[in-house]
Amino acid sequence: MSVTLTRNELADALAEVGNQSLLRFFTCGSVDDGKSTLIGRLLYDSKAVFEDQLGALDKDSKKFGTQGDNLDFALLVDGLAAEREQGITIDVAYRYFSTPRRSFIVADTPGHEQYTRNMATGASTADLAVILIDARKGILPQTRRHSFIVSMLRVRRVVLAINKMDLVGFDESVFRRIVDEYRIAAARLGFATIECIPISARDGDNVTTRSASMPWYNGPVLLDYLETVDVNIAAATDAPFRLPVQWVNRPNLDFRGFAGTIASGRISQGDEIIAQPSGRRSRVARIVTADGDLETAGAEQAVTLTLADEVDVSRGDVIVAANDRIAARRHITASLIWMVEQPVEAGREYIVKLATASANATVSTLHHAVDIHTFEPKRAEVLRMNEIGLVTLAVDKPLVMADYAENRDLGGFILIDKFTNMTAGIGMIDSRADIFAAAPPVVNETLRQKLARLQIALRHRIGDPNSLRRRTFVKSVSWRALAAALIFVVGFTLTSQAGTAFALAVCDLVLRPVARTFHERLWKKATTSDPDSLDSGAGI
Amino acid sequence: MIQLTHLQKLEAESIHVFREVVATCENPVMLWSIGKDSAVLLHLAVKAFYPAKLPFPLLHVDTTWKFREMIEFRDRRAKELGFDLLVHVNEDGVKAGVNPFDSGSRLHTDVMKTQGLKQALDKWKFDAAFGGARRDEEKSRAKERVFSLRSAEHRWDPKNQRPEPWRLYNTRKRPGESFRVFPISNWTEADVWDYIALEKIEVVPLYFAKERPVVERDGALIMRDDERMKIRPGEVVQNRMVRFRTLGCYPLTGAVESSAATLPEIIAEMRGSRSSERQGRVIDHDGSASMEQKKQEGYF
Repeated sequence: MSVTLTRNELADALAEVGNQSLLRFFTCGSVDDGKSTLIGRLLYDSKAVFEDQLGALDKDSKKFGTQGDNLDFALLVDGLAAEREQGITIDVAYRYFSTPRRSFIVADTPGHEQYTRNMATGASTADLAVILIDARKGILPQTRRHSFIVSMLRVRRVVLAINKMDLVGFDESVFRRIVDEYRIAAARLGFATIECIPISARDGDNVTTRSASMPWYNGPVLLDYLETVDVNIAAATDAPFRLPVQWVNRPNLDFRGFAGTIASGRISQGDEIIAQPSGRRSRVARIVTADGDLETAGAEQAVTLTLADEVDVSRGDVIVAANDRIAARRHITASLIWMVEQPVEAGREYIVKLATASANATVSTLHHAVDIHTFEPKRAEVLRMNEIGLVTLAVDKPLVMADYAENRDLGGFILIDKFTNMTAGIGMIDSRADIFAAAPPVVNETLRQKLARLQIALRHRIGDPNSLRRRTFVKSVSWRALAAALIFVVGFTLTSQAGTAFALAVCDLVLRPVARTFHERLWKKATTSDPDSLDSGAGI
Repeated sequence: MIQLTHLQKLEAESIHVFREVVATCENPVMLWSIGKDSAVLLHLAVKAFYPAKLPFPLLHVDTTWKFREMIEFRDRRAKELGFDLLVHVNEDGVKAGVNPFDSGSRLHTDVMKTQGLKQALDKWKFDAAFGGARRDEEKSRAKERVFSLRSAEHRWDPKNQRPEPWRLYNTRKRPGESFRVFPISNWTEADVWDYIALEKIEVVPLYFAKERPVVERDGALIMRDDERMKIRPGEVVQNRMVRFRTLGCYPLTGAVESSAATLPEIIAEMRGSRSSERQGRVIDHDGSASMEQKKQEGYF
């Protein structure tokens, strides 16, 4: 073959590459839903599979295939020898294909309950999830489980691919029934969009080409949808600037750069910043890259900042915008997905790695586990492999952190087993989670345990010492005290009776918050866990 | 909102990986195979640590059967860019007379590449080695982590891999254990070529088509790079327009017939190609799962 390209054509081709965006998505479904077949089909139709690979596929299909004499596309993606023999996907596999419009990275994740951890890993980097359903079976408990994990990892765009439509006679009513049922099941999961597409992965119907057998379907074909869907909802434009410092670049005494990947927001030369947790202020002098200094840089870019002042910053610190209220904390309340055989329970110690910082962490409380089928909290003493729960961890040094919903990099962490060095769990910080959702066990609880629990509950409510939340709390307490003292003074001046004045002050102290709470409820604004309501002193 | 293209995102991700290793490992090294993936890897490493010099040396495990042009390129680039280059040859293998023709590809690769690499890592006590492997190359690579933990014996255990959520890598290891780290895991062959063109990265001339002396053997076009390759009865050395999509030991690397003599032509050819780059690699075809097995034994 001889294809020649002129200089100009190369420039055009490269310009095309220069405009190509990237979509990371992942697929989940059970063993028989045809997930690997779907990916194999996408790879094959987008010409990401080569002839020699097809030759091997042809050989493998005859040896292990489940499609008779036809090519078994699933064998393209099941890479490990054990997987091919058992006909299942065990580990997360990453696949790549591209179209002129977009490049795709696909995380192919196992569907079985015993591989929940692998699925969560695949979901963690995804912009979008493709959840597969077998049209013959409809919504299964595992569909709910997959959807729950997708929502936990804050993948906000979902494609519901209803597969094997050929086996239900391409019947529209089957499709409609499943779609309606799914929308009800997913109502609580907070997805931004749910796109439902009827497909037949084996034959390619509505995967890359519009199906002639389903004229009743007017929506997009799967590949078209993946090519055009807007993926930048996660990166909020107005998110505050945050750079976890990964490495300090000090080639000589004159240069001191702080290298890292920007977690959110944007930064420009001259912007005022704070280095947390020290709280030191400075300004950005330069944004250094090997391709020359930048004026402005944004989320996901790997940069090196130099500062106008000599500020002591090291790996694990976070450089943030000067007006950012993020603070370092010693306690983490988070959802945890457990990944190893050895279960987790209160009292165990691990190493936590959060962005670029690490610390020793003790599990102070396991509040509850979450039933991944009903999404309901349930009482639990331990979390076993592939289980999900809500925990509070105490760390031995303050870490700069954010809620996962707000920032993936500063809200997602791993726990490492100190003895085996295995990654034992992955966590998503949720400082506003309801830690009382499942009643904790009261039988056999010692006084000490009870006190510890109360302490955590209190801290949950009023914040850690030195935290912004605690300051706000103390501020409103002192304000209420001052107000009551004033009432006493005014009352005493008017009546000259200390008793009456005191009674008035106490009434003000007690009745005003009560009245305010009722008033707020009347306006339906009362959300007890919202720190903004603490700001204004509501509830106390 | 700064909108990054997919190559910019891949670049940032690779730089992140480089920095993570240098920040957390004691004694890293970069495996330099002199091919196109290594060229991209080196370019990214320079970017990751700019304006500092590379904070680690480059290591080439020389099987003594590399193309001569590769060795020339290696020595010239090392001088031009001024980095620290280490070269290791498995002398035991040389003494035992291991070579790809008489010993067979499997034994040659095991002794000269896999064992040679292990010797070098042990000799300099490296605890992390960057490599240019990509997940799109081969099925078992698709499931390997960016940070691939190897035992003190350099073995890979595919069933006991650490999850890698978000950008978080667990870099803890026991004494003696090491990491193989693959910063360009998520790049495809097309990405590599596009990036080489965009960033004007220099690569070995063997990638470009030229008249070269080749012998047709077992269905592959093998270039006769020196006199050590004996001509078998019935074989003829022909000068043909060929190029290489991947580079390794010359007796084990098949050339492809091509007229693509420039970067634009290579990219155009690749976009129309229907065969994978590893097709020319003789060592991958010892069986469907053979790469998985070699990796378990310590191959990169």
